[in-house]
Amino acid sequence: MDHDALNRLQWRCTRRALLELDLILGKFLVEEFPGLSEAEQQVFAVLADMEDHDLWPLVNGTEECKDAQQARVVAMLRKSEVRRPL
Amino acid sequence: MSIPVRKFDAVIVGAGGAGLRAAIQLSEAGLKTAVLSKVFPTRSHTVAAQGGVSASLGNSEQDHWHWHMYDTVKGSDWLGDQDAIEFMCKKAPEVVVELEHFGMPFDRTDEGKIYQRPFGGHMSNFGEKPVRRACAAADRTGHAMLHALYQRNVRANTQFFVEWMALDLIRDEDGQVLGVIALEMETGEVVAFHAKATIFATGGAGRIFYSSTNAFINTGDGLGMAARAGIPLEDMEFWQFHPTGVAGAGVLITEGVRGEGGILRNSSGERFMERYAPNAKDLASRDVVSRAMVTEINEGRGCGPNKDFVLLDITHLDPATIMKRLPGIREISIQFAGIDPIKAPIPVVPTCHYQMGGIPTNYKGQVIADASGAPVTGFYAAGECACASVHGANRLGTNSLLDLLVFGKSSGDTVIEDMASMPKEHKPLPTNFADRTLARLSRLENQTNGASVNDTRLAMQRTMQNHCGVFRFQDKLEEGVQKILEIEKQVAITEIKDKSKVWNTARVEALELDNLIEVAKATMVCANARKESRGAHVRDDAPDTAEFPNGRNDKEWHKHTLWQRDGNKLSYKPVNMTPLSVETIALKTRSY
Ligand SMILES: Cc1cc2nc3c(=O)[nH]c(=O)nc-3n(C[C@H](O)[C@H](O)[C@H](O)COP(=O)(O)OP(=O)(O)OC[C@H]3O[C@@H](n4cnc5c(N)ncnc54)[C@H](O)[C@@H]3O)c2cc1C
Repeated sequence: MDHDALNRLQWRCTRRALLELDLILGKFLVEEFPGLSEAEQQVFAVLADMEDHDLWPLVNGTEECKDAQQARVVAMLRKSEVRRPL
Repeated sequence: MSIPVRKFDAVIVGAGGAGLRAAIQLSEAGLKTAVLSKVFPTRSHTVAAQGGVSASLGNSEQDHWHWHMYDTVKGSDWLGDQDAIEFMCKKAPEVVVELEHFGMPFDRTDEGKIYQRPFGGHMSNFGEKPVRRACAAADRTGHAMLHALYQRNVRANTQFFVEWMALDLIRDEDGQVLGVIALEMETGEVVAFHAKATIFATGGAGRIFYSSTNAFINTGDGLGMAARAGIPLEDMEFWQFHPTGVAGAGVLITEGVRGEGGILRNSSGERFMERYAPNAKDLASRDVVSRAMVTEINEGRGCGPNKDFVLLDITHLDPATIMKRLPGIREISIQFAGIDPIKAPIPVVPTCHYQMGGIPTNYKGQVIADASGAPVTGFYAAGECACASVHGANRLGTNSLLDLLVFGKSSGDTVIEDMASMPKEHKPLPTNFADRTLARLSRLENQTNGASVNDTRLAMQRTMQNHCGVFRFQDKLEEGVQKILEIEKQVAITEIKDKSKVWNTARVEALELDNLIEVAKATMVCANARKESRGAHVRDDAPDTAEFPNGRNDKEWHKHTLWQRDGNKLSYKPVNMTPLSVETIALKTRSY
């Protein structure tokens, strides 16, 4: 992904409607995203463009992801834990 | 240097509930209206609201707007303006039904009416007993509301500028507001939006605190822009803290968890709320629970290695109940606290949630810059960024979504009214209108040996949290003022490494910090000055006494604070105690 696309993705991952997704997507982008295959990166970008109330239930596991390709990336997001010190 | 100029009848900054509601009025009246937003409209923070929107529809039991008004005045600890509160509560049924007609999928009763549920502080018959007044769409009220408002705007041909960040107000020598200067993130281009009317609906600034339930977008841009343009900010000492944010991350754990039997415990496992609120216990009102938690922590009964949080315990509940009644809570605890709440309690702390103060307006949405009550020509504000003031010293749950609808609409109506007496042509822009903004951008561009944006923001957030939190202490506040003024010097020399034009998020974050620091300064200075306890502003040196119940001192402090950026000057203006049609709700001690 080029510089501009990555910067745009960063904005869309960290200016969400829900704080939950700001935290999870923001951290994922820094820590996991660079290690994904190009195809997986594209899938992540599609997920990041989803509405918060569609994406959040997938990420927190209250809904199942129907798309197999997306499910793999969603599974990674589900495993991600964001803890901040007080 | 000159920048491109686009002309509109009206420009609205913000596409959350307030901005979208205002835009409907303007576009449907045929005005050429631009709406700017940092994000796609339905990603605005209004989406996060779950609880509902209040209106005395009386669908499930008898209710009356006058009772709603009483609750709101009392909730505000008598700091809310009674003309604005009457206006809001009276209009509530109308704007909620209107929203239903816009397509909002409210939950319904068996007879097909809007279903209503009880919510803290909303009572019948002037405080007698809880009443069902909150209208909701499952746990997605804000989301459903934004979608309904957005669709209506699409129909009305509102022109959206998505992923544009407004940088500054344009104000001429007469003090008239003539639009905004904004940055298109996709191109990095800076453009002026020249308008006869400018409405700010930029939402809250909860990110000034380290622990916040607010999403990252809430950086108080509208407040920063207003302050830089010489407009004062009102009642900035009043911030509502939600008792149960996940310690560290801030993510909200809904009140419903305590409703289902969740218990707050200190380091020795004691259910401490029994001592503070023997009847309501863990279900006491937000401010009472938050203060009790902080007292436990301050007195050394906090949990964890640093004894800096308490525990929310649901391990005694049946796991099946947790999964069924509290969907997502287990996952939130695992993801943000590393705790499975079926097996262990969740670490929580009182967390910044809502900004009661803001840009001073009257109930028509006109911005009022001084005690004379005269509006700033061409400038309006609505929603969380504005202070009408209906929430006074403490907001009631579900009254904020109502505020967006009522004052979004009324600010739109007022623009239409005011526009009728304005000249047909736009008032010309001053020749140097973009200078200050361009200088600010160029300073950032050329800064060397400067301060890191992340470090500076973090220092500000920590300072606000430690010096101006739920419980406030004279010495801490005084020290806090000094610290924030030091941090301001760092904000003035922030440096970014990425100098690219397109999608430069580093630049945008630095510009957001310029706004956050204005709000932080205002908050600290106002809180230091108000030497009483009222609503959400609670000082250790203003305790509950016979002379001053709850620490509230009406004789000296029953007034609104106005903070001016220039010199951090404070002035005060009286609270409006003259409702539009009913009698004054006289000062009384607030007790539930
Ligand atoms: C977790 C949570 C739950 C809540 N639940 C409830 C509830 O149940 N009931 C209730 O009444 N209240 C609730 N509240 C409070 C309520 O949701 C907010 O006060 C309200 O939604 C704010 O709406 P708004 O239209 O003022 O601003 P927002 O919805 O925050 O929108 C602000 C808009 O301004 C834009 N913007 C900001 N700065 C700029 C800029 N510089 N340039 C361009 N655009 C800009 C943003 O892009 C956005 O479109 C809750 C709050 C939180 C945090």
